[in-house]
Amino acid sequence: MTAELLGTAAKMGLWLVALLSVVPIMVWVERRGSALIQDRRGPNRVGPLGLFQALADAAKFLFKEDIVPAAADRPLYLLAPVLALVPALTTFVVIPFGPDVEVGGRTVRLIVANADTGVLLLLALASLGVYSLVMAGYSSNNKYSLLGSVRASAQMISYELALTLSVVAVLVPVGSLRLDDVVRAQQGGLLDWHVFPQAIGFLVFVVAAFAETNRLPFDLPEAESELVGGYHTEYSSMKFALFFMGEYMSMTTLSALGATLYLGGWHLPGIPFPDHWLGAALTGFGILMAKVAAFMLFFVWVRWSFPRFRFDQLMRLGWKVLLPLALLNLVLVAALTVGGWL
Amino acid sequence: METAVFALFAALALVSALVVVLHRNPVYSVMSLVVTLVSLAVLFVLLGAPFLAALQVLVYAGAILVLFLFVLMLLNVERDEGAAGGRWGQRVGALAGALLFGGLLAVLAWGGQVARALPAPGPGDVGLVALARELFTTYLLPFEIVGLLLLAAVIAATVLARKPGEEGR
Repeated sequence: MTAELLGTAAKMGLWLVALLSVVPIMVWVERRGSALIQDRRGPNRVGPLGLFQALADAAKFLFKEDIVPAAADRPLYLLAPVLALVPALTTFVVIPFGPDVEVGGRTVRLIVANADTGVLLLLALASLGVYSLVMAGYSSNNKYSLLGSVRASAQMISYELALTLSVVAVLVPVGSLRLDDVVRAQQGGLLDWHVFPQAIGFLVFVVAAFAETNRLPFDLPEAESELVGGYHTEYSSMKFALFFMGEYMSMTTLSALGATLYLGGWHLPGIPFPDHWLGAALTGFGILMAKVAAFMLFFVWVRWSFPRFRFDQLMRLGWKVLLPLALLNLVLVAALTVGGWL
Repeated sequence: METAVFALFAALALVSALVVVLHRNPVYSVMSLVVTLVSLAVLFVLLGAPFLAALQVLVYAGAILVLFLFVLMLLNVERDEGAAGGRWGQRVGALAGALLFGGLLAVLAWGGQVARALPAPGPGDVGLVALARELFTTYLLPFEIVGLLLLAAVIAATVLARKPGEEGR
């Protein structure tokens, strides 16, 4: 019992360290990446290559004045940034990150919670993320914030459908909700990765992931050129930083989900995993993180390459393009599975 | 351990449900309803039905209540608008609620004498596969009818929301 608890704590610790260190790394990647794309230099003064810029930013956030607007709905206003971290810090529990290893004579599964409901649990927890945005906008008592929240709620609901349907299509041939089994189904070779038979589903998943994490070209809830800062207009100091961290962590989790569903998860063809060897755990985690990093770079690349959608365009894309595509993909995959080709 | 978790979340569900009814600000009511639903989901897990729990959070807390909030914010409902239907409506509603609650209590108290108890579900009866099999064999017709009913409701709402003369658009 105690050993089990310790093991779970260790696994969660590994994830937490990864998730929390993603934020400063991504701040650097985003700022230097945008500079590269826009033919600028970017922040290059603090530390080698400007690597410590994120630390300077963090210190700045800590020392900024923390303002609560007089007209704000205080309890909700204070709760919203905290809630922004809840889905970000809980959804990783169902993502597997390595083969079984043996520690001190017992087999340990490299997944925090191998629940039967698996990916459903992840989707359920992630679907609660919208409350933070809605609460923030409503409680700020500011028309720009409110508009941002109204947009966020409509956008998240619309794209959640397409996202969930594309995930369901992956689960059909696997026949299980556990992400563990999803990874196992992709271990044959490169062509067993779900991204190949389910290219349509992968496309829908990636586009919907951009909308679910409020990243450009779908960052309408903040849309700084029209809504000042959208739902977080009135937030300053660490409270703003929490929204910021929540966004990057949600990107990480969705990237990990995408890598697990479509790109073979912690597994890479050609790299052997001697069973029950502790180093395999780190190798698996490293491979998963490399795939996550590829996703994250893509997020950054797209952000600085595309203009923002208009809200009606966003809704049209979600309901009239992505949803039918996701349904088509689901029907195709189901037919192929019944026919025995998948 | 299990008892403690049950007590905690049962109490949370009750308290947040009371807040839903009693709070003057509708936004707080919806937020409390989220807490109620999530607490009930935890109780489902304790009852051995994690699939239902996940669906409860995903569908109700994660989608339907977001739509509630969306409408509240879009219409900008000020606090304490008063109940719909005025004083009479409130009284009729209270009476109906009391009758329903009384009926439930009566079933709890004397249910054993008038109705036969269902067999307790085994561990395989609440899983995803068992649920899906029941839904698509035994209960296929009711399931499809409910789907049709929802579709009809959506179409009706769309028709009602349209102003006359807007058909061409």
